[in-house]
Parts: sequence; C-alpha cells; structure tokens
Amino acid sequence: MASNAPAAPIARTTGALRHQQIAFLVMAAFFILAPTVIYPVFLMKLMCFALFACAFNLLIGYVGLLSFGHAMFFGIAGYATAHSAKVWGFTPELAILFGTACAGVLGILAGLLAIRRLGIYFAMITLALAQMVFFFCLQAPFTGGEDGIQAVPRGKLFGLIDLSDASTMYPFVLAIFLGGFLLIYRIVHSPFGQVLKAIRENESRAVSLGYDVDRYKLLAFVLSAALAGLAGGTKSLVFQLASLTDVHWTMSGEVVLMTLVGGLGTIFGPVIGAAVIITMQNYLAQLGAWVTVVQGIVFVVCVLAFRRGIIGEIAHAIKKPL
Amino acid sequence: MEIFGIPTQALFGQLLIGLINGSFYALLSLGLAVIFGLLNIINFTHGAQYMLGAFVAYLLLNKLGIGYWWSLLLAPIIVGATGVVIERLMLSKLYKLDHLYGLLLTFGLALIIQGVFRNEYGSAGQPYAMPEQLSGGRNLGFMFLPNYRAWVIVASLVICLGTWYVIEKTKLGSYLRAATENPQLVQAFGVNVPRMITLTYGFGVGLAGLAGVMAAPIYQVSPQMGTDLIIVVFAVVVIGGMGSIMGSIVTGFGLGVIEGLTKVFYPEASNTVIFIIMAIVLLIRPAGLFGTQK
Amino acid sequence: MKRKLISTLVGAAFAMAVGAAGAQISDGIIKIGVMSDMSSLYADIGGPGSTLAARMAVEDFGAAAKGMKVEIVSADHQNKADVGSSVARQWYDVDKVDAIFDVPNSAVALAINQLTREKGKAFIDSGAASSDLTGKACSPNTVHWTYDTWMLANGTGTAIVKTGGDSWFFLTSDYAFGHALERDTEAAVLKNGGKVLGKVRHPLNTQDFSSFLLQAQSSKAKVIGLANAGGDTINSVKQASEFGIVKSGQSLAGMLVFISDVHGLGLDKAQGLIFTETFYWDMNDQTRAFAKRFAAGNNGKYPTMVHAGVYAGVLHYLKAIEAIKTDDGTKVIEQMKKMPTDDPLFGKGVIRADGRKIHPAYLVEVKKPSESKGPYDYYKIRATIPADQAFRPLAEGGCPLVK
Repeated sequence: MASNAPAAPIARTTGALRHQQIAFLVMAAFFILAPTVIYPVFLMKLMCFALFACAFNLLIGYVGLLSFGHAMFFGIAGYATAHSAKVWGFTPELAILFGTACAGVLGILAGLLAIRRLGIYFAMITLALAQMVFFFCLQAPFTGGEDGIQAVPRGKLFGLIDLSDASTMYPFVLAIFLGGFLLIYRIVHSPFGQVLKAIRENESRAVSLGYDVDRYKLLAFVLSAALAGLAGGTKSLVFQLASLTDVHWTMSGEVVLMTLVGGLGTIFGPVIGAAVIITMQNYLAQLGAWVTVVQGIVFVVCVLAFRRGIIGEIAHAIKKPL
Repeated sequence: MEIFGIPTQALFGQLLIGLINGSFYALLSLGLAVIFGLLNIINFTHGAQYMLGAFVAYLLLNKLGIGYWWSLLLAPIIVGATGVVIERLMLSKLYKLDHLYGLLLTFGLALIIQGVFRNEYGSAGQPYAMPEQLSGGRNLGFMFLPNYRAWVIVASLVICLGTWYVIEKTKLGSYLRAATENPQLVQAFGVNVPRMITLTYGFGVGLAGLAGVMAAPIYQVSPQMGTDLIIVVFAVVVIGGMGSIMGSIVTGFGLGVIEGLTKVFYPEASNTVIFIIMAIVLLIRPAGLFGTQK
Repeated sequence: MKRKLISTLVGAAFAMAVGAAGAQISDGIIKIGVMSDMSSLYADIGGPGSTLAARMAVEDFGAAAKGMKVEIVSADHQNKADVGSSVARQWYDVDKVDAIFDVPNSAVALAINQLTREKGKAFIDSGAASSDLTGKACSPNTVHWTYDTWMLANGTGTAIVKTGGDSWFFLTSDYAFGHALERDTEAAVLKNGGKVLGKVRHPLNTQDFSSFLLQAQSSKAKVIGLANAGGDTINSVKQASEFGIVKSGQSLAGMLVFISDVHGLGLDKAQGLIFTETFYWDMNDQTRAFAKRFAAGNNGKYPTMVHAGVYAGVLHYLKAIEAIKTDDGTKVIEQMKKMPTDDPLFGKGVIRADGRKIHPAYLVEVKKPSESKGPYDYYKIRATIPADQAFRPLAEGGCPLVK
C-alpha cells in the first residue's frame, strides 16, 4: 500500500513510547488475569492468532506489501511442529523452533519469487504460492491429508515441565506471544524498521538514497513469515493438531480481515482485530453460515468507512501512534 | 499409434476436452482482464458472480419457467446489473485509494454473496437440466463429444473474440482505453467517463454471469462453484498479462489444453500445474506473456 | 468455537424424586452434544437433521417418563478439525457435556475421538468414514455407528463383482480418504476374482471430470468405481451421464453416496448408480414412520443413514445409562457393548469390543425416473450383506483393545 495507506502520525519519540508502554502493560495484564474468568484455551487461541496478525501486519502496515498467502507460513509451521513433536519426539520449545524455521525457509523461497513484483501482483503471487503449498499439504503423506496430524503431544518443556495441562501451557503461550510481540515492536522501532517505513512511503526515493530495497523487503518478508510460523507452531501444540484449514486461502483472508479491523500499520491493532474476529466467530456462530456473511460485511464496512481500524481511529483521536 | 504411451485417439480426445475447459477459463479471465485492464480493479467477486449467473439461470428455470436460451441473455444482464450497483455504491468510492482496497472490498463482497447462498441452498448443489437441443452427442471416432461441450467452445470463442474486437478495434473501445489512461482529458472531451466505467464493470461481471449460465448444465449449481475457480482464473490473468485482453483469451484456452494434458500424464498435479506455470512466467517475464509493464 | 444452542429440556420431573437415579448422573443431567457440519458440504447428510434425529430419539426413549433429564446442545464444526476440537474441549471442560454424537468428517472425528478418550467421556460417531476409528485409533470411549470405509469398499466391491461386474476402473480422489477407498475396494474386487483395468487420481474438489471419464470409457471396464465423495461424486455422476457412459453399457459404482446426493443429482442423472448404505427409509413400516416424522421436521427432506445412526445411537446410549444409572463415559460405552442393540431403524445388532456397531448393509441401485413413484423413492435394494460379513473382521483392525 503505497502513498495512500493511512500514515502513522509522526510524534515525538519519548511521548509516543510512554503511551505504547502503557498500552502494552494493559494488554499484558489482561492476558495474565483473564484466564481466571475466560476459558484459557480460548485465550490461547486468541494469542496465537494475535501473533499471526501482528506478523502479517509487519508486512502490510510497515512495508506496504499485502500478502494474500500468509496462511502458508502459519500452516506449514503448524505441520512441522506437529510432526516433529509427534513423530520425532521433539520437546515443545524445539518443535516450535523447528516450525518457525520451516516457515522462515519457506519465506525465503516465496519471498525471492514474490518480491520482484509490487502491489497487486505481489498479492496474486503470494496467493498462488499459498495454493501450491495447500495442494502439497493435501497430498503429502506426512501431513495426514484431510485428517491432519492428530494427537500431537504437548510434551515437556525443556524436558521438565509437563505442558498437557492448561495451567502450565498458558504461561508458555503467553511468554511466546509477548516475546513475539516485543520482537515485532523492536523491529519496527529500529533503524531497520525506519528504512522499511521509508520504502513504504516512497520506494524510489529510498532507492535513490542508496538502500538496497529488495534486500530490505526480502528480510521483512522472511521475518514476517517466521513470526507467522511461530504463531502457527504454537497453535498446533495448543490444539494438539495440525490440519488443512491452517493452509487454506480462507485463513489468509481471515488474517487480512483481523489486521484491517484492528488497524493496519498500528502496533496493537492486529491484537484487537484478532480478538474481535475470533470472539465474533465464537459468539455469532449461532448464526451458522451467517458467520461468513458477517465477516464479509465487516470487510466491506471497514474498507468503505473504517479504514483506519479500531486502534487506528483511537490513535488518530489521541494523535499518538499506537 | 501411441504417443508417450497414450493412443493418439485418446490424446485428441483429451486435447478437445482441454479446449472445452479452456473456454471457461477464457470467458472468466476475459471478464477479469476487462475489469482490471480498463479499470484497474481486481474483482475478487468474480467467482461469486459466476456462481450468481448459474443460480440466476437455475431460479429463472424453477421459479419462472424460463429456459436455458433466454437465461443466456437474461442472467448476464441481471448479474451485470448487480455489478453496476456494486460499482456505483461502493467501488467508485475507492478509486482515489490504493487498488488493494478494491481487492479487499470485492473479497468481502464475495464472502457475503457466497455465505448468503450457502445459507439458502446448502452445499450439495442443485441440478440444472441440459437444454433439449444440445443434449446427446456425436461420436467423433476418437471420442464421444457431447453436443453441449461443442457449443461451449463455439460460444466462448465467439464471445471472446467479439469482446476483443470491440475493445481493441472500435471507437467505443478506444474511448474506454483512453479513459483509463487519462480520465480527466477524456471527460473534457465530453465523454461521460464515470458512466463508461460503471458499464464496463457491469459488462465484465456480466461475462462472469454468462460463464455461470453455461456451466450450469454440466457442473452442479452450488454456492461453492466459484470459490476455488477464482484463484485459477487469477493465475490465468496474471500469466496472460494483467492488462491484456488477447492475452487472457489465448492463455485461457492454452492453459485449458495444458491442464488437460497434465490430467492424462500426471493427473495428480493437474491442480497445481497452472500455478507452477505462473511462477515460471513471473520469473522470466514479470509482466506476463502478453502484458506490458504499466 | 461455534455453538448453536438448541437446548431441549426433556424431562420435567424433579431430580430429587428420582433419587438414586439422579445421584450418579453428573449434575443430574444427561447432556448430549450433536456436533455436525451445519453449513457446508455435509449439512444435508448430517447437519441440523442430526440434531432433529437426536431429539426424536430422546422423545421416543421416553426420558421424561423415566425421570431422566436429558439436554441437547449442538454445534457446527465447519469441517475444521481445530474448530471441532475447541468446541469439544469447551463442551467437556466448561459446559458439562457428557457425550458427543454425529461428527461427519473423519479429521474432526479423529480429533474428538482422542479428546473424548482423554476426558473419559463418550463419543458415538455416526457420520465419519474412517475405519481407523475402530482400527488403530480405537478407544474405549468411542462407538462407530452407521458405516466405514472398509464396509463401503467391501460391500460394494464384493457385491458388484458377484453380480457380474468383474472388471473395474477407478476414479479416485487424490487424498487419504480416496486412496483408502480405492485400496479397500480393489482388495475386495481382486479377492472375488475381478480385475482392475486401470485407475486415475483426480485432485480433490475437481469441477471437470470429462478427461478422467474419457479414460474410464476407453478402458472398457464394466464398472467405473468412484472412489470419491460429496461434490466430486456428484460432478462425476452428472458428467458421466452427459458422456453417455451408463447408456453405453458401463455401470457406475459410487463408493460413498447418500440419499441427499441422489436428491441433488436428480434421478435422470443418477439412475443406475450402485452403492452401499446401511439404512433406507422405505424398507419397512417402522423406517417409513420414522422418515415421515423426520421429514416433517426437516423441511421435507428424508433421513440419510447418518441421521438414522444418530437416532439409533442416542437411543442405545440412553438405554445403557438407564441400565447402569451413571453417565460416566467409559462405563456407558462399556455397557453399550454389553447390551445388544435393537432399534426401529437398524433392527437388532451388536457393538463389538473395538467400538464397531454391526448391522446388515444393503447394495442399492438408483431407480430410473419412470420407476419412482414418489418423493425420495429412489432405491432398489439389489442385495443384502449380512451383518457378520459387512464389516471388517475384528482381528484385522489392529485395534489395541482387542487382544
């Protein structure tokens, strides 16, 4: 999304940091306290998707590249983690790392192909690549095809702490989520992140300033892919299964929706967006097939009237980046 | 005589079938290419509009007793009209923004349309009878060719070439092409540009609806019918070159044939071969086979 | 986590008045969860109809009169294993659901199978096909009703070869389910002296089968076996009719076809199709009565064998609870295996040690339009496969429960 994307307001660094720190503490507090009242497995699902959306947002919000195939990273990592935990007996942290690494490698391959083009073409290429990954997962024997990989053991963290119960699994997932989130935050607020924003605003100027734009874009792409993989691997351990839903293109569409609703290019937007969409899926599901319709309506409304998303609107109102 | 282990007879049969499938790809990618080439809108709703065409034909038959031949005319007009409404109410607001918002909007619309129909009709699909005049077939010696499929090829070729001719060779077409390059200038010349854009979108959508009507007798009329097809069609358009009308026609037919051949020699890959070709084309010729760098 | 809360409180009697019977039933309520595909591929095969079937079973069982409180909840798993799994988790952990029924879609069923075992609840599957549910994934908490891939393959394969269809060509959906169907059917065909002349694998959710059908035609096999399901089968049959395959003498054997599919195709396209089912509404007065009642509550759509399986499964489940006066999952399943089954839809039968419900299977052929006298009058019963032959022998399944 080049120059027409909603630009994050430029603000003095120290003031902005304070607001974001507060918001972060609020978010962390919520996730620490919530399991007492809300079903923990639901919260873990939420955190995984929030991380996925944050990873996706890194690419669209800060580099301006709309990937319509991010499910491939999410799903492949899920399969890799599930397989390594179940068949090779990896401990959970190694299994998740393995999943993340696989997503990263796929990110390099996909990125090399996709980065060559911009805008619409980029989206189409990512979509097509994701389809190929989907068909691969459908047919490859190790993925279990339609059945998926079932009965994935959560295992013992570092070989010591048994994660089968939600009371131990939850802090683990929380740590991964907060860690991933902070990592994305650091990336965005580093010199590297500044170059990415420059590329989004005006690519040719960045080139003329001497930056190897393609390398930056590829690196951002791979980071985004790897973090999406982190989310996917964690999710497959939470639910103890990996299935084709995670690599299907509708999953790519959902993460776009989450980020859009929350606010493209905001730090906290994807988290709120994921929360809204997952909760909506949960409680509006009484409407059955209407869930798809409602999601479509949300998409349309957001694009027409609500482009900044929830956090974007709040940030705009208080004139500070969030 | 055998080529690569397949008797030539069977091979010709498969090629013919590939051409038939290619007709659908060509029709659908034509609509997409028209919309993208002239309006720079990525119409993700295309698959849902294809499905709408089939359902309109089904409803016309079952509720109003209107048969296939009339549906061929009416359904595209009805579906095209819905396209016009979409363009006027929603898409036109997004022209000043990045094109990706148009993609997201049409994606959301596709979800809505498909969800509504799925709710109403379930997924099993509805039967649509083959029109009397086109049922049965001819034994060509190397295969039995159903008459309907032959009709599909012919009709599709006529429509595709007709559209190409109108856009590339007539005055109306040149106004359209000029309007995409420089809308203000063309408007200054007295041409009603917004109306042209709306009608063009409606036309592209109508083409999708037409493909849907033609698909109804042979593929089950179901709310899912456009969902996976749309991505393949996008690949076709990307390979052909996103702005090029002739590109999508040729690529549509060509890919149909290639897919058909893959089904013979390595059927498991027939789903992915189009994407593989797309990846290769994008590596060698990023603008597509017939496209020009915009 | 999708939930369509249709709570039906059947049983007005006070739990107190029933005394001992209520005491060992967890919180005094028997909570049944019907999980199905409510909105997409299998919605007609299972879907809301399954919830209706469960409710009918509870009424017919007379839970109210016996002082048993039964509640039914239902949910849509959308054919996604993670959605199904998270709903099931929530049901077991938070909502105190005691047993889950239906679950078409093998991936979801396998996930629920695992979860139910961990939580010690009960799972009576009526809609899924995977024979692994009573094979290597068998569990003391699971009963597999209605059908499975082995029975389909064997029933259809054996019966057709015996009636003269001894040369086959397979049109197989290229994923695990399709491969399993093809493998099992091929084994049955070969065992009975038939030949397999060729096979072709098509990707899942293919729209156009003309190319594959052409190959099937040129093989000149007497029987074209459709080792696929759902939309793929429907499209294959529709296009086969277009290419005049049945008219020119080959017959089509569907490996997994439901009456709702035939309804969607229409008799002129589906006529002559041969496949195996374990329930048909028009077999005797009891099944007919059930079907009429069911159709009245289901928009005029008649029950599929999956619906019948849910009805019979709930009935037997409740009978087992009545007998042992507890709804502890493992114990109830054990009791269900001890008690022989007897219901108006499947007749008399038994549940084996591996959880497999045994009942006869029927080879059916779809009638010509001229032969059908009313709505859903679609099948001719060509052969009956006796219960003891219809399903995979106990020893061959690889189920660890069977020693």
